[in-house]
Amino acid sequence: MSLTPKDKAAVRDLWKKISGASDVIGAETLGRLFACYPQTKIYFSHWTDVSYGSPQVKKHGKTILEGVGRAVASMDDMNKGLLELSETHAFKLKIDPTNFKLMAQCLMVVIAIMFPKDFTEEAHLATDKFLANLALALSEKYR
Amino acid sequence: MVEWTDFERTTISSIFASLDYNDVGPKALCRCLIVYPWTQRYFGAYGNLYNPAAIKSNPLIAAHGVKVMHGLDRAVKNMDDIKATYAELSVLHSEKLHVDRDNFRLLADCLTIVIAAKMGSAFTCEVQAALQKFVAVVVSALGRQYN
Repeated sequence: MSLTPKDKAAVRDLWKKISGASDVIGAETLGRLFACYPQTKIYFSHWTDVSYGSPQVKKHGKTILEGVGRAVASMDDMNKGLLELSETHAFKLKIDPTNFKLMAQCLMVVIAIMFPKDFTEEAHLATDKFLANLALALSEKYR
Repeated sequence: MVEWTDFERTTISSIFASLDYNDVGPKALCRCLIVYPWTQRYFGAYGNLYNPAAIKSNPLIAAHGVKVMHGLDRAVKNMDDIKATYAELSVLHSEKLHVDRDNFRLLADCLTIVIAAKMGSAFTCEVQAALQKFVAVVVSALGRQYN
């Protein structure tokens, strides 16, 4: 389900509208991921505070959204653009790829909350495809 | 047997009490058919699903979206035994409608996004977690009779 030119335009369009709030979006996404899908907390057993709104969650949420931004910027060749991140996820973090879907859902919920008029069905479709491709690029080096 | 906290019970009741089923149902179903087009396979007899505009203006789809919400309402009213409440519905979806179980999650995700868009900042982290738990139980109950 690769990205058509229409999908890419829709994602870039949406990103332009939301990227100003990317720190908040990141913090919300990660906090909600842990609350709604508690099994994802296993990857953060080394943190002192995985609660919604904690400084660690906020900081890491910001990092994650910066990664999403990099994916938007390298949409025409995400495997190349996310090569380092893919290696990190494959060799260091070893996050099971099913979790990427959960993160994607949380991110889209946050976008829907903050930008309800912009997150139309068509924008949702393009974003869901984009995040699925992002997940594929992130797991590119897994095996 | 699923254990619900008081917060979860109150939250689920209050979310659904605040929803206009005639609005949210069609929106959620349309979103599912648009974002995950393979789900259209179950709606062959519903007329024109050719593009998002056609889907959004299709009265049969809208009516079915409302029906889905009333189905969910039964779970809201019977939170202590959703499994039994949905036993017949589960058989229906598997034996008659032949709906792939994965599709329940897709519709649930779309419904969550429609509710999030509607509730805005009132859809807090805790509220989302309660709804996520509820839809997970619903999805599991609907898929129960498949094997």
